[in-house]
Amino acid sequence: MESNIPGTTPRPLRIAVASGKGGTGKTTVATSLALSLVEPPLTATSQPQVAFLDCDVEGPNAHLYLRPTFDRREDVVILVPEVDASKCTVCGKCAEVCQYHAILVLGTTPLVFPHLCHGCGSCARICPENAISEQPHPIGVVEAGITPHGIFFARGVLQTGEPLATPIIRRLKQWAIPPFTPSHSVIIFDAPPGTSCPVVETARGADFLLLVTEPTPFGLHDLRLAAQVAGELGIPAGVVINRDGIGDESVTSFCASAGLPILMRIPFQRAISEGIAQGRALLDIHPEYRTQFWDMFQHIQDLLEHHSQVGPLRKLATDSQ
Amino acid sequence: MKIAIPASAPSLDAPMDSRFGRSAYFIIVDTNTMQWEAHENPAVRAGGGAGLQAVQFLSRFGTQAVIGSDFGPNATMALSAAGILMYQCNSPLTVREAVSQFSAGQLQQVDKATNPGHYGK
Repeated sequence: MESNIPGTTPRPLRIAVASGKGGTGKTTVATSLALSLVEPPLTATSQPQVAFLDCDVEGPNAHLYLRPTFDRREDVVILVPEVDASKCTVCGKCAEVCQYHAILVLGTTPLVFPHLCHGCGSCARICPENAISEQPHPIGVVEAGITPHGIFFARGVLQTGEPLATPIIRRLKQWAIPPFTPSHSVIIFDAPPGTSCPVVETARGADFLLLVTEPTPFGLHDLRLAAQVAGELGIPAGVVINRDGIGDESVTSFCASAGLPILMRIPFQRAISEGIAQGRALLDIHPEYRTQFWDMFQHIQDLLEHHSQVGPLRKLATDSQ
Repeated sequence: MKIAIPASAPSLDAPMDSRFGRSAYFIIVDTNTMQWEAHENPAVRAGGGAGLQAVQFLSRFGTQAVIGSDFGPNATMALSAAGILMYQCNSPLTVREAVSQFSAGQLQQVDKATNPGHYGK
């Protein structure tokens, strides 16, 4: 683990779970991993403390499996401009500097469009008349609490109608500080689907990226993209194949050629689908997975210890298409 | 009167573009002289706020009215602020046909958004 390296500040091991494609089982894998760490198999020699951050702020649902009681809550705001019309000379500098066209100068006063604003503050800084002040505009909340299994759980929730997920994820990662000894803890980040800004913001700073996919052409298409994100960010990655047995062999051959280790296969099985559909965690449906997830965690730690070359992944970013 | 029409190609005989902010071109026509010019729309690939960028662009040419099939809430707010009138035309016409309907007083003037907006979609 990172924290065992002499002379470095102890920090938790950070594992982000992402997929590219939606509905591949990210949350199933992320929650199962969390549960297996906090209640490890009897053969385990250590028991890490576990924090779980649901970063899928547009549709957070990990709480359905982990059932936390939220006891802390905070609004997330971005600062949007407010123009004092009595000071404004309609010079138009604010509209020019705004990359997102959130402020427009037409007629006699600037118009502000808060939904387009990214809260960068450039307009207020550039205004020669100091006519622009920045006002907080709430875009969502962050919440935290403990689950019955003792997992520190936190999530962000983007307010309906607001377009910016990234500031909520950024805030969630700063705000949700688990009350643990950093050197013996693991933070699991459940990423949103896709490969754009919210996923990058979730994965940024992670020690390992666990990519969940299904063995179909659709799973493969999006796994390639997700693997490129890992390569761009320089984060070592491994793959969990969910619904194994359907589709074809293309994901397996891709992983082999890209140097991505396949860390676990979860079979396509009616009992699992039914259980998940009833809101039950995978470890509840099949307790034997506890050992498998624990072993996968050990495997990830081994990979990180021996990982000094991010070579294959970096290469992947350029030649995988 | 100077009116702007979103169009899919830089010609009077091009079909009108059903999108306002993301049309490929704007044809600006002086209805008194029927002189016209075509401009590429700088907002066509905007990440967001295309309608707003398009309005800002059109206001530079002294545009007094626009003909479109659909106006979003942001574009509507910006057009009103710029004092540009909005006329709605839903049928699939060419720019030339839209202008002649406008001159004949056959197009409906609108003052509210005709769709709930596209941002984040």
